[in-house]
Amino acid sequence: MSFPKHLASSTGSAVAIAALVFAAGTWVLPPWLAFLLTLAFAKGLVVLGVVIQMRAGLVSFGQALFYCIGGYIVGLASQSLGISDAFALLALATGAGILMALACGWLLTRYREIFFAMLTLALSMILYGALVKSSALGSTDGFNVAAPSFLGWTPQGDAQKQALYLLSVAVAAAVAIGIHRFMVSSLGRVIEAVRENELRVEYLGLSPRAVLFSNYVVAAGISALGGGLTALASGHIDPDMAVWTTSGEFVFIAILGGTGHVFAPFIGAIVFSVIRTFAIQEAPHFWQMTLGVVLLALILFLPKGLWSLIARDKPAEVAT
Amino acid sequence: MSAILETRGLTRTFGAVVAAMNLNVRIDQGEIVGVIGSNGAGKTTFINMVTGYLPPSSGEILFDGHSVLGRQPRAITRLGMVRSFQVAQLFPKLTVLENALVSLVAAEGPRPSFLCPLDTPQRRAKADAIFAEFGVSRYRDVLVSAVPQGARKLVDIAMALVSQPRMLLLDEPTSGVSIEEKFALMDTVMAVVRRHGVTILFVEHDMEIVARYVTRLMAFYSGEIIADGPPKSVLGDARVQELVIGHHLDINALGVAA
Amino acid sequence: MTTLIAILLDGAIYASWLFLVAAGLTIIYGVMRVLNMAHGSFYAIGAYAAAATVGWFFSGEHGNPYLSYLLLVGCALLAGVILGVVIEQGLLRFLMGRDEILMVIVTYALLLILEDATKLIWGVDPYFAYQPYRLLGISDIGDILRFANYDLALIAVAVFIGLAAWFVLNRTNKGRLLRAVIHDREIAIAMGVNVNAMFAATFVIGAVLGALAGALTAPAISVTPGIGVEVIVLAFAVVVVGGLGSIGGAAAGAVLVGLSRSFAVHIAPEIELFVIYGVMFLVLAFRPQGLFGQTLARRI
Repeated sequence: MSFPKHLASSTGSAVAIAALVFAAGTWVLPPWLAFLLTLAFAKGLVVLGVVIQMRAGLVSFGQALFYCIGGYIVGLASQSLGISDAFALLALATGAGILMALACGWLLTRYREIFFAMLTLALSMILYGALVKSSALGSTDGFNVAAPSFLGWTPQGDAQKQALYLLSVAVAAAVAIGIHRFMVSSLGRVIEAVRENELRVEYLGLSPRAVLFSNYVVAAGISALGGGLTALASGHIDPDMAVWTTSGEFVFIAILGGTGHVFAPFIGAIVFSVIRTFAIQEAPHFWQMTLGVVLLALILFLPKGLWSLIARDKPAEVAT
Repeated sequence: MSAILETRGLTRTFGAVVAAMNLNVRIDQGEIVGVIGSNGAGKTTFINMVTGYLPPSSGEILFDGHSVLGRQPRAITRLGMVRSFQVAQLFPKLTVLENALVSLVAAEGPRPSFLCPLDTPQRRAKADAIFAEFGVSRYRDVLVSAVPQGARKLVDIAMALVSQPRMLLLDEPTSGVSIEEKFALMDTVMAVVRRHGVTILFVEHDMEIVARYVTRLMAFYSGEIIADGPPKSVLGDARVQELVIGHHLDINALGVAA
Repeated sequence: MTTLIAILLDGAIYASWLFLVAAGLTIIYGVMRVLNMAHGSFYAIGAYAAAATVGWFFSGEHGNPYLSYLLLVGCALLAGVILGVVIEQGLLRFLMGRDEILMVIVTYALLLILEDATKLIWGVDPYFAYQPYRLLGISDIGDILRFANYDLALIAVAVFIGLAAWFVLNRTNKGRLLRAVIHDREIAIAMGVNVNAMFAATFVIGAVLGALAGALTAPAISVTPGIGVEVIVLAFAVVVVGGLGSIGGAAAGAVLVGLSRSFAVHIAPEIELFVIYGVMFLVLAFRPQGLFGQTLARRI
């Protein structure tokens, strides 16, 4: 199977078509599936944050930090500040993630490989440690998030769920287009160059750290957005959003989907969510084991993820 | 002639090892300077220091009359002094074209756009022109990791020259390249360099290459410069033959450049 | 004064436990450059094996109760050797030399698999093996402080293992070879050290140490699913603070983290978890290679 070339080259229209198809599903899909997709799109955003860092050669084992910040900011703004508009809440979540990244980025961009992985993990666990002990925020139980309004409209019941589904489709599509542009932009391609050889990037006159810093901040922003969307859709947040196994799940989905295209994390997130739904019903004690086996199989046999099954490799490996 | 690169009392020690001892070098615009010396003589240390990779223990470095001491390699690149490496430093999992596009965008300014695409017809045209100049056009769409050693060296040097620098430092441009390819590679590089009027300093082990291309030669030994002058006199120097070359050299057989 | 003694003793006990947990992790990293996430599972499986066996031992007349300590160690050895051999020979040796970060992900997959395997073997109900803990009694220190002798004995065990590791590494030929591998793998290979055998042995020793930490902890806790996942990030914090791959570093990291946590627990209990990762973050921020790690320069 190969992806039609005219679509692959114009990702914008492909995203638009996919978004329209999913949007049309609002009135067709069974509610459980629409809800699953809502959360999968939100998760896909967080995973996209992991993926764009993988393009820089960095594996974040703490992306849950931003996922959790996004979720809690939405919860807090809705509860304490009385903001109910979904768009305002998501903007706040994204802004908070970006601010946090601006604060941590200067330190984290000094590190690579396992040190980056461990430091990101430590940061997310610091947040986790703080949240479980803060009774004002519900400690380990977290708290519920009120249903949002949409530019003054406050739907009820099924309409509420449909609105959230459409919102997640729209947000995912908008971010996918934006991030695709980012990935093929000058900066986006320099990020790959940094992964390949920082020394050369430095001697070309660019600062690898500055490049990684921008990338880290972008990743944080979309991951926090994904966290905020999750909070709105599920109506609940708790400290487990920050725990390191949550980050591990994001890394898993990133590897499952692959890093080759902006679609890949969303495909990974949907496949992951569907399989998990059935696995937890049918064989709850095998779920993690299944994940582990699949992860090993991916590393050994499909290192570029599901996306590589869809797309063809473009450059020739051997000189002609 | 005005000095483009000048060092004063440049010294670098690693513990008890002296890698550079009181180096006073003055290179004028348009010179083609060769550097010879055995392993550990301090040749690469010299390049590393003047390009900002390695801080000197003491001394001063002036590029175009301005001190570049304490500047990052990227800042020195932006001033117009670039280098190539003993082992070609490229982006192995990108194609040759992509490598060139990244270099081109870097040459445009220190902050690449996060919205405008990297791959534009204008940059492609520039890249193609560079490939034609260096004779590597046929590798354009090949991953660098699959490109043969000699061509990889050329791409490495081409990428350094993309920013139209005023001075180029080459660290063993022909190392790892087969004997047959060496002269072709140097001919290509020298032709380009002359066309663009770039001042050049290169480290080289092959005396034939040195003799053929340089206008001036410096011999390093144990962190010091023991001879500096026209290639004929340096290669004919008894100390250089004893300490650097290791045997007697028939200079006339080498065809030293005029 | 009493508080201070309590803090220091608590800290020492916690540090000993952390060292036991982290020792195997750091040895495996030092020699193999594998930051083994599955170490948490080795700990959990050691704990389950020990708790189940000791539970059976005390369920009837099976001899002198002090034999249960031998059982703890025996279970750890058995579990560690089996896990170590199967995982090293069955998977890791095919992946040696790959990116360190890829190995983190591979061992993360192993952790996921072993977590469910543990549940399949031992179920999800907690196991208790408190008898060996009770057997040693309690010491009164001063008027108010009471410490379980088992906990105090843990300090001795940790010191013993630390000294044993030091002795093996510094005073035996095999140990010197191992240090050569840790110091410079390329040169060790060039000198003819059988690195594959070294890797296999190291991984098994590391796995046994992980299982031993679990087995020795089992009597002091209720053994439930999820203990491995909790433990691994703590162990990471310790080895990263001390410097990846250094036994002395693991000891120093354990003491630093142990005392910090102990201070937090006694003075400001709400920041307990926060403190552990805060220490890790601070150390990494100012000394990225850890307290005892070496830095490597790049040659161009």
